[in-house]
Amino acid sequence: MQFEDFFAVVRERLGSDKGEDGSSRKKTDIPTGLLFKCPRCRNVTFIEEFNQNGKVCPNCNYHARLTAKERLKITVDDGSFREFDRKMISKNPINFPGYDSKQQQLRDKTGLNDAVLTGRAKIRGEDIVIIVMDSNYMMASMGSVVGERITRAIEYATAHKLPVIAFTASGGARMQEGIVSLMQMAKTSGAVARHNEAGGLYISVMTDPTTGGVTASFASLGDIIIAEPKVLIGFAGRRVIEGTIKQKLPDDFQSAEFMLENGFVDMIVERNKMRRVLAHLIKLHKSPEVKEVAENE
Amino acid sequence: MNEQLSASRRLDIIRHKGRPTALDYIPMIFDEFFEMHGDRLCGDDRAIIGGVASFMGTPVTVIAEVKGRDLEENQECNFGMPHPEGYRKALRLARQAEKFHRPVICLVDTPGAYPGVEAEKRGQGEAIARNIMEFMTLKTPVISIILGEGGSGGALALAVCDELAMLENALYSVISPKGFASILWKDASREREACDIMKITAEDLVRLKVCDHIIPEADGGAHNDPTQTAENISAFISESLQNLQRKFQKGLDEMINSRYNKFRVVGDFEEFPHSDTTQGECLAENSSNV
Ligand SMILES: [Zn+2]
Repeated sequence: MQFEDFFAVVRERLGSDKGEDGSSRKKTDIPTGLLFKCPRCRNVTFIEEFNQNGKVCPNCNYHARLTAKERLKITVDDGSFREFDRKMISKNPINFPGYDSKQQQLRDKTGLNDAVLTGRAKIRGEDIVIIVMDSNYMMASMGSVVGERITRAIEYATAHKLPVIAFTASGGARMQEGIVSLMQMAKTSGAVARHNEAGGLYISVMTDPTTGGVTASFASLGDIIIAEPKVLIGFAGRRVIEGTIKQKLPDDFQSAEFMLENGFVDMIVERNKMRRVLAHLIKLHKSPEVKEVAENE
Repeated sequence: MNEQLSASRRLDIIRHKGRPTALDYIPMIFDEFFEMHGDRLCGDDRAIIGGVASFMGTPVTVIAEVKGRDLEENQECNFGMPHPEGYRKALRLARQAEKFHRPVICLVDTPGAYPGVEAEKRGQGEAIARNIMEFMTLKTPVISIILGEGGSGGALALAVCDELAMLENALYSVISPKGFASILWKDASREREACDIMKITAEDLVRLKVCDHIIPEADGGAHNDPTQTAENISAFISESLQNLQRKFQKGLDEMINSRYNKFRVVGDFEEFPHSDTTQGECLAENSSNV
């Protein structure tokens, strides 16, 4: 769609055309709810078209954020997900003003009990433990519940000899939980260490945005690290770095492609191929004995 | 000890220009410190130094975050903000300590890992993550001491340990108070206010089960008597090494389990046997998958 056509359609849909002087309407006049503006290429698409494209920017292939539910839907076998620890909710470890009420609001608004869903599921028949973060809940910052659910999920996988697949997305630490948030980095990474020692497979899939304390802990510790195209992956915030070096950073800084080029991601996989790739990788990591048993069954 | 001091008062103390740094403490606490350079991959970060030394006759590996005492030193050590090479050097030396059955002593003092272009390119996040994971199962005792500032993941990368101590006025936080204020209130100048609500003093962290031990400083702060403060640090290390040596004798696995559990138990949540805030069934109705 040409840019001019695009705005014509918008005007038509809105049933009003303010451009008497022939100038096109300013972008800010368009209700944002109808449109998706790509943070990578700044291209604007109708939400409908964007949704039909699997929430992928049709212009640059940026893979936008999904809710945890949407992610599960396109990733695991129908009806196979059994959620762990659904009824766990956070307390307020440093008595941060307003934290309890903010959490209650978010629980009501998102239908989530915190920023991650964990559970057992199957991908093309393969049993896995799956971890999916949801950036709609406090930018999927890592507080006590996120840390505890992830740790328990990995411990469960270790005990049951299952592979772990973690779809990461996070703005970083949950500042409202203070130092307790920082300790979740140690907790989750410790669980990965034990899973490793037991010979378990862990695949980390970095989605938009994987940053801060999550990048500096379990997200970067996968045996295999996959990223979705064009997503943001980094440790320090872009603005913090720009403030430090006093210059603007290029658009592709801290992208999936940047991480691949610098050697911190194994592969970039498109959303519509993810399920297949994961299933293949899991099969390739099954030990021969397990395969034999499975074949004899 | 000055137990009544607020976090923001302590911030003033740890920012005192005469506050001793790792460079002051190492010669006072250890004998025969041999510095070892480089991560064997890319470079030698000056914000983290490390090497072998003798502590009261016991060989140890010392790993320390270094803040400068003047501008020149600060330029060399990047104001105590490590690059990935620093964390990777630390891990290399920790592995060496494991091989030769030496305890590791980490001195932590950083505003945080360096937020820069090169640091991102060389995997700052990965370097910190790997240290955290590898220190968790390191088969030798690890003691960490926060000397001044324990800033975020950049501090945690040297603070996954069997015993964590903090100097009396040290602060250990998930983000710097300035960063906290600028993110939460969009106003970095409210740093002191942030300081006082973040629960980041040694006493706070003992209550939150993160810090195991508080090391007293000289009256009014370590700068008033670095030698006294160094003696207090030595006394802690000595006692702690004996404790860990005892644990060690009961078996390596037990020590590593107890290190895991030290971090495993931190978290503040509740679980309802029946709750009306479930989102559950949503996941049963799935669309078709290929
Ligand atoms: Zn785009």
